[in-house]
Amino acid sequence: MVNNSYAVEVDHLRVTRGGRLVIPDLSVRIPTGQVVGLLGPSGGGKSTFIRAVVGVQVVESGTVTVLGEPAGSQGLRHRVGYVTQSPSVYADLTVADNVRYFGRIAGVDEAAVQEAIALVDLPSHATARVENLSGGQHSRASLACALVGRPDLLVLDEPTVGLDPVLRRDLWNLFGRLAAAGTSLLVSSHVMDEATRCDRLLLMREGEFLADTTPAQLLAETGAPDAEAAFLALIDRAASTAARSGGAGGSAA
Amino acid sequence: MNLRLTLLTAGRVLRQIRGDHRTVALMIVVPCVLIGLLAWIFNATPFVFDHIGPALLGVFPFVVMFIVTSVATLRERTSGTLERLLTTRIGKGDFMAGYALAFGFMAVVQALVATGFAVWVCGLDVAGPIWLLVVVAVADAVLGTALGLLASGFARTEFQAVQFMPAFVLPQFLLCGLLVARDALPDVLRWVSDALPLSYAVDAMKTITATSDALGDVGKDLVVIVGWIALALVLGSLTLRRRTP
Ligand SMILES: Nc1ncnc2c1ncn2[C@@H]1O[C@H](COP(=O)(O)OP(=O)(O)OP(=O)(O)O)[C@@H](O)[C@H]1O
Ligand SMILES: [Mg+2]
Repeated sequence: MVNNSYAVEVDHLRVTRGGRLVIPDLSVRIPTGQVVGLLGPSGGGKSTFIRAVVGVQVVESGTVTVLGEPAGSQGLRHRVGYVTQSPSVYADLTVADNVRYFGRIAGVDEAAVQEAIALVDLPSHATARVENLSGGQHSRASLACALVGRPDLLVLDEPTVGLDPVLRRDLWNLFGRLAAAGTSLLVSSHVMDEATRCDRLLLMREGEFLADTTPAQLLAETGAPDAEAAFLALIDRAASTAARSGGAGGSAA
Repeated sequence: MNLRLTLLTAGRVLRQIRGDHRTVALMIVVPCVLIGLLAWIFNATPFVFDHIGPALLGVFPFVVMFIVTSVATLRERTSGTLERLLTTRIGKGDFMAGYALAFGFMAVVQALVATGFAVWVCGLDVAGPIWLLVVVAVADAVLGTALGLLASGFARTEFQAVQFMPAFVLPQFLLCGLLVARDALPDVLRWVSDALPLSYAVDAMKTITATSDALGDVGKDLVVIVGWIALALVLGSLTLRRRTP
């Protein structure tokens, strides 16, 4: 089963949270060295899927293999960088102290710490406490803490939320550069126009993938003018299929 | 467990505390103020202060450290930093030991200041060696930290964490022999008291107050306290879950 051309392999993943079946039966292969976008409406299960990939989600059944090892296993700890949806950094420490802490855990030197801060464009606020930053700066500090360890796989849950268009463009350019250098990225978002910045797309709704495709293919298949229209077309198609097959079901693809 | 990761975590926690002047003040100044208040209350009867002062020197650091630690670790759980940390190389043991070490260091500072204040400013007079007073106070503070780490595992909100203080601490306080001598308690309560760590802390402090050759007896009490610290840390690390629902 070990196949190094996949960053993430998921087989028949099933997750229940708080009594609610969030992911009924999910299987997917995510290639290495690409920016893979995980898009879909709120509550669709993006964060749950991401948590399963980094190995912090209790799963009911199914397997999640990351870089050839079971998700969350010891050997993956320094190879996977994770940014939670709400920024998870220490608000009472400075940006530099936060990045340094996560950097030292990963075993990198001070130069790497400064580089990570520069990558998210925060050198001017390196000595500011995180609690005194704006929302966007806060989430960039959180991102820097994942970048600093130079992981092979970066799993980012909505890293561009609340950022202005310029910063968003810069970050997507950064993701592209990281992928070109061999890093695999799984990036969730619910801003559909960010789909065009990805190498591959996973469109997720109600715990299922409506599409596992490339941006160009998505537009070609749906005939839609942009990603947002394409996504809406897919949702409508899925809804009418469900209605035709009796409505209630729709648990497994 | 990994010493480097433990030290990194302890250093990070200390850096957080250092930036929070009010918490530092709470930890260092509050025990002194309370001891000063006690000395003042018993101004006319200094022998009473000499009798209960050392016991309270063991109780105050315990309480303060319990609250500070349980809220600090709860914040770590609710802010998502714990979830993130557990995806890195940091193990549960490194996390717990890092916190215990950082607050243990604060406990040393606190015990030195509080004991010095009690002895030199308030004129506390004990028969045993003063350094032993400091050792027991530090052990009590680390005990508070370890139980605080454990309690935070059962709290979902900071409100609950603070409520655990009376739940965990007050029964121990009532049964530790400070209000009623432990021999005079009803049997069942005495057995409970025999199982609770704060009883040994107060016993140790009382021994230091009364006898000049206190090392042997205090040593036995310290063994129980250290055992409780280890137990609380192990149980606490079991409440840390890498995978959550
Ligand atoms: N902590 C939790 N406990 C119980 N159920 C949860 C929890 N978090 C999420 N859920 C359930 O899982 C479902 C999927 O949530 P998830 O966070 O994965 O969605 P999402 O696609 O990331 O949404 P968003 O874009 O809003 O972040 C939700 O409908 C919710 O009912
Ligand atoms: Mg989400």
